[in-house]
Amino acid sequence: MTATPVIEGWFTTEAEPHLLASRCATCSNVVFPPVSTAAGAAAFFCRNPACDGDEYDAVELSRRGTVWSYTDAQYQPPAPYIAPTDPYEPFALAAVELPEGLVVLGQVAAGHGVDDLRVGAEVELVVETLNVDETGERTIYRWKPVTA
Amino acid sequence: MSDVSKQVGKQVGKQVVIAGAGMHPWGKWGRNFVEYGVHAARAALKDSGIAWSDVDFVVGGETVRNGYAGYVAGSTFASALGWNGARIATSYAACATGAQAIDAARMRILAGLSEVALVVGADTTPKGFLAPNAGERWDDPDWLRFRLLGMTNPAYFALYARRRMDLYGATSEDFAQVKVKNARHGLNNPYARFRKESSVEDVLASPVVSDPLHLLDICATSDGAAAVVLVSAEYARKHGLTDPVRVAAVSTVTPTFPNTVIDMPLLSTDSSAVTGLPERTFKEAIGQAAYEEAGIGPEDVDVAEVYDLSTALELDWIEDLQLCGRGEAEALLRAGDTTIGGRIPVNPSGGLACFGEAVPAQAIAQVCELTWQLRGQAEGRQVEGARVGITANQGLFGHGSSVILAR
Repeated sequence: MTATPVIEGWFTTEAEPHLLASRCATCSNVVFPPVSTAAGAAAFFCRNPACDGDEYDAVELSRRGTVWSYTDAQYQPPAPYIAPTDPYEPFALAAVELPEGLVVLGQVAAGHGVDDLRVGAEVELVVETLNVDETGERTIYRWKPVTA
Repeated sequence: MSDVSKQVGKQVGKQVVIAGAGMHPWGKWGRNFVEYGVHAARAALKDSGIAWSDVDFVVGGETVRNGYAGYVAGSTFASALGWNGARIATSYAACATGAQAIDAARMRILAGLSEVALVVGADTTPKGFLAPNAGERWDDPDWLRFRLLGMTNPAYFALYARRRMDLYGATSEDFAQVKVKNARHGLNNPYARFRKESSVEDVLASPVVSDPLHLLDICATSDGAAAVVLVSAEYARKHGLTDPVRVAAVSTVTPTFPNTVIDMPLLSTDSSAVTGLPERTFKEAIGQAAYEEAGIGPEDVDVAEVYDLSTALELDWIEDLQLCGRGEAEALLRAGDTTIGGRIPVNPSGGLACFGEAVPAQAIAQVCELTWQLRGQAEGRQVEGARVGITANQGLFGHGSSVILAR
């Protein structure tokens, strides 16, 4: 039983993990989630309407960003969400602005709630267990408040 | 105001007017959506005084939760009313479905290809959170947001609400006051599902769903149906329809890159690094396109029906429609300006707070309410002297709409 990302190619899993993005080889526009043909997504077409690029490089995004906004889920979300605990335990969510100019939604690291967050606060990327299935732990990226 | 209203929508050579409006009351009736749709369609036809046999175009708002009949809603309603040989179309644009359906009807009339169009939207909804359709879809953001993040619709609404608090000093009491206002507005609306006063205490005592939003800050899902009969101005004249409500604008614009406000059901925004920040956010652009098409500005608007999926979202919309400056909606609310009798009443129908959302019907319901408001027929909730009204809504995947009506 090993820990594997719940979705392939979205984030790295080293001690200081990064989100992975696709960067247009023509205009440098960055998109997250990255193009993932493994997941059956369409090929890469640059989203910048002024660019007809169709080739991309896989790049890592900054590990740190600032909170654009945040909330939590006091009630268990419906399937396909899989609650890791029974009974259900609420968790927090944050939309985080990265230096690359985009906002990325994620769950907030275990043990942290809305009281630990505010708009503009600094957070960093961690990888934690989302749920456990027959293959073992399935991991996901999360945002963790940076304590000064 | 009347000088303006005379001008609104007249830059188009031909005009489209609303001959009839009808609705089935919103609720959780648990019956087939076709039943609601036919009820609303017959009510709109009766209101217009036009026979079903004279309708030459039917547009249905698609419902995605009711099987094949819902996917071909235009045909389903036409068949249920009795085949009359009309042309049909079905529109789907998430929450903006109804407006897109109205636009399809308007376009055919403006092109001179149709004279009388019937637009119908109806839905039967399940209980609780709106969840994605079944199955594993690792390339579908609407599936991924639940699987990877447990990100529900109210959680998105809560992100916007929290931003208002941290940036503009909004309070939970402000959000609750939106509910209090809309609950009062909807008390006498026969089509509203929830017709009961709410107090600030009621809202704050209801459980938190997604911080900072309480259960009573968030709209429910409902069954319901709405329909309008659109005709050409020439047809209206020939049939003695005097001083009708005119469709001055229908905006269904998409976002313009980069879309920098996180949108349901996406997990990220576009990056602004290559092009810089856009001139307008998506929601601002929806309203702006409507104003430009109608040739008026926000100062000309007498009444607005906006998509209060949450109480806080009504405040966002007031600013997106430029009815006040950014960050000023709470002040407007507190001054009573958005209450019936105030400077710019918002959601006199009671809004989604009193209706709950019936997706393919909701944008049509907004247009029905404004039609009655501009005719002076909104009994118990009338905005006195209203001549120009605007709607606004936003749905998934770059859909949104704003309709301007004038009389």
